[in-house]
Amino acid sequence: MQRFANPGRFMRLSERLMPWCAAGAAVGLGAGLYLALFVAPPDYQQGEAVRIMFVHVPAAWMASFVYAFLALASAVALIWRHPLADIAAQAAAPLGAGFTLLCLVTGSLWGEPMWGTWWVWDARLTSVLVLFFLYVGYIALVNGFDDPTRGARAGAVLALVGVVNLPIIKFSVDWWNTLHQPASVFRMGGPTIDRSMLVPLLVMAAAFMLYFAALLMLRMRTAIVAIRVRAARLGEAEALAEPRTRPAAGTVT
Amino acid sequence: MMDALGQFLAMGGYARFVWPAYGLAALVLWGMAAQSYRAWRRQRSLWAAIDATRPQRRR
Repeated sequence: MQRFANPGRFMRLSERLMPWCAAGAAVGLGAGLYLALFVAPPDYQQGEAVRIMFVHVPAAWMASFVYAFLALASAVALIWRHPLADIAAQAAAPLGAGFTLLCLVTGSLWGEPMWGTWWVWDARLTSVLVLFFLYVGYIALVNGFDDPTRGARAGAVLALVGVVNLPIIKFSVDWWNTLHQPASVFRMGGPTIDRSMLVPLLVMAAAFMLYFAALLMLRMRTAIVAIRVRAARLGEAEALAEPRTRPAAGTVT
Repeated sequence: MMDALGQFLAMGGYARFVWPAYGLAALVLWGMAAQSYRAWRRQRSLWAAIDATRPQRRR
C-alpha cells in the first residue's frame, strides 16, 4: 500500500490504469443501459417502472461505498499524515455526493408511482439523506479554512464520525419497519431477485464502479498537479523577492 | 415500427418516472466527468506554462 502512496508513483500508475477504467466504464454503461432497457423483463408487480432500479441501486451502492472510501482515506490521513490520503478523500467526496443525490432522486421517482409518495421519513430514506448532508458538510468544511491542512484535518474527523451512518443505512431496513424494501442482493442466503434482473443490475454496478475509479484517479491527478503549480509559483515569488540571499535548501537560518 | 418505438417510450405508462430517472443519471454522470476533466485541463495547462518558462529545469 505504502509503495503506491508516493505521488510520483501514483502519477505513473494512474496514467496507465485510468484509460482502462474509463473504457471499461463506457462499455459497461452502454451494455448496462441496453440490458436494463431492452433485455430485462418488466416486473410482474411494478411493470416497466422497475427499470428505475437499474440506476437507483448502483447509485445507492456507490453512495455508501464512496463514503467508506472517504472514511478510510481520512483515517489514513489522520494516522499516517500521508499527503495522498487527503487528496484521495477530497477527490472522492463530490463524486459520492453526486451518487447520493442520484440515488435519492431516482428513488423518489420510483416511490411516487409505486408507494404513492415522493418521500417518506422512514429510516432508510432519512439515513441516506443524512449521508448526502455528510458529503456536503465534508466538502464545505474542507474548503472552509484559510489553511488547507487544517481544513483537511477537520474534514477527516467529520468523515470518521459520519461512518456510524453506514451500518445504519445498511441495516435500517431490518432494524426498523421501513417503507423501503429490505436487501434483495447482498443478503444472507443469496439474492432473491431473478437472474434476468440481477445480471443487468450487476453490469450497471460494475460500470458505476469503474466510472468512479477513473474519475477518482483523474481528480487526484488534478490535485497533485495543482499542488505542483502552487509550489512552483511560491518558489518563483520567493526567488523574485530575494534573488541572491535565499539560503540553499536544508540550511538552518 | 413506430408503434414499437412509441410503446417502448411509453414505458407501460411510467414514462414520466422512468425517463427523468435515466435523464438525471446521464446528467449527473456526464456533469461529474465534464467538471473533473475541465479542472484537469486547466491545471495541466497552468503547469505547462510554468514548465515552459523554466526550460533549464527537468519537470
